[in-house]
Amino acid sequence: MQFTSQQAQEIGNPTFAKSVKEISGTTLDRCYQCLTCSLGCPVNFAMDYLPNQIIRMVQLGLKEQVLKSSTIWLCATCETCVARCPNEVDVLRVMDTLREMALREGVKGKETIIPIFHETFLGSIRQWGRQHELSMLLLLKLKTRDIFSDLGLGVKMLLKGKLKLLPPGVKGSKDVKAIFEKTKGEM
Amino acid sequence: MKYAYYPGCSLESTAKEYDLSVRAVCRDLAVELEEIEDWNCCGASSGHCTNYRLSHALAGRNLALAEREGLDIAVACPACFLRLKSTRHEVRADARLKKELAELIDLPYEAKYDAKHLLDIICHEVGIEEIRQKVEKPLTGLKLVSYYGCFLVRPPKVTQFDDPENPQSMDILMDALGAEVVDWSGKVDCCGGSLSLTRRDIVAKLVEEIADAARGVGAEAIVTACPLCQANLESRQGSQALPSFYFSELMGLAFGLKEANTWFRRHLVSPVALLASHGLL
Repeated sequence: MQFTSQQAQEIGNPTFAKSVKEISGTTLDRCYQCLTCSLGCPVNFAMDYLPNQIIRMVQLGLKEQVLKSSTIWLCATCETCVARCPNEVDVLRVMDTLREMALREGVKGKETIIPIFHETFLGSIRQWGRQHELSMLLLLKLKTRDIFSDLGLGVKMLLKGKLKLLPPGVKGSKDVKAIFEKTKGEM
Repeated sequence: MKYAYYPGCSLESTAKEYDLSVRAVCRDLAVELEEIEDWNCCGASSGHCTNYRLSHALAGRNLALAEREGLDIAVACPACFLRLKSTRHEVRADARLKKELAELIDLPYEAKYDAKHLLDIICHEVGIEEIRQKVEKPLTGLKLVSYYGCFLVRPPKVTQFDDPENPQSMDILMDALGAEVVDWSGKVDCCGGSLSLTRRDIVAKLVEEIADAARGVGAEAIVTACPLCQANLESRQGSQALPSFYFSELMGLAFGLKEANTWFRRHLVSPVALLASHGLL
């Protein structure tokens, strides 16, 4: 993918790069496209754009392509790129910022299931204060209409006592609900 | 030696044997673990992936609760460890976040006390010599690779634990237990984490590569320190899966703790035949 600076000005969104930099607190401009992040990324084979390309696309203001990319959701948050970047670009913090932007702006991208997982996972914490895997997994299956995968595994885990039937009892669950309420607003 | 203990959600469910073995081993080593009263979930990757302030607030509430006890925190799950450690790290560097966090959690938090992973505590606070002296039943002949995964070692400026590319702590610990530890290339590779619930294809590929690397150096089992690595290794390998252990389970076994055999029954890939073949059960 190649863009000249003039094309970028025509098609790009100049406020996008600025806000990603501000929100993530990350010095994107230090990236010199060495590809260390992308070469070490364990999920690179499944992404539509490589992490180094996402950084470049943010610099160029290609907001829609970036927020709709599969990359921002497939990033497994393993921190390999962060540990290895020679210029201390916090690629993961940039990915987090992009994911949060995509959700807050209601952008639907190529990966639809992963955002639903995050929402369901956090919903369980909001409700119980801690994770209740069994009800979270059942709800995820309903929301994604994926009833039959891993049923055998689920039964095996239940029999091994690895999935609790009853949700956790956290006295401070109302404190946790309050945290969710207070953090709903701006990024 | 006393710590505020943060088990994390997995240790109450999928990784119950990790919790049981950690508590048993720490009791044996006179490391007192006082569970943080009324702790909440750290938010895990879903928290920081989708809401920066929520992620710090969920971790921050636990940090603040532990700070009231005046103790450093001992954490078993590397994902929880990194979440707590990140919030502490950022609060220390960012006065604005510190102020905002106190408002979000409605508790004071000064970031005075540290959060440490139990592997760090056992290897570096208790010490390998002490461990060596506790061994009653050496794991002789058991050929292992140590699998550290992501969040124990990365990002190093936050985790401040061992070498991020070639860590040694768990290798040295397993060697002290009498096991045959083999060097390998998969130590800090990623298992795919929570993609296991949404993109099984990706996790199956990553896990198979890790297991292949372990088999390639002749390992009979993989040692982990992470509930998610352990769950993915056990549930996403193909046929003839290599068993995996939590490091604390093997400590308990080598220490001769009677309850150790109850932990191994909880595994999805049974390690019982392997342990029996070495006369360890």
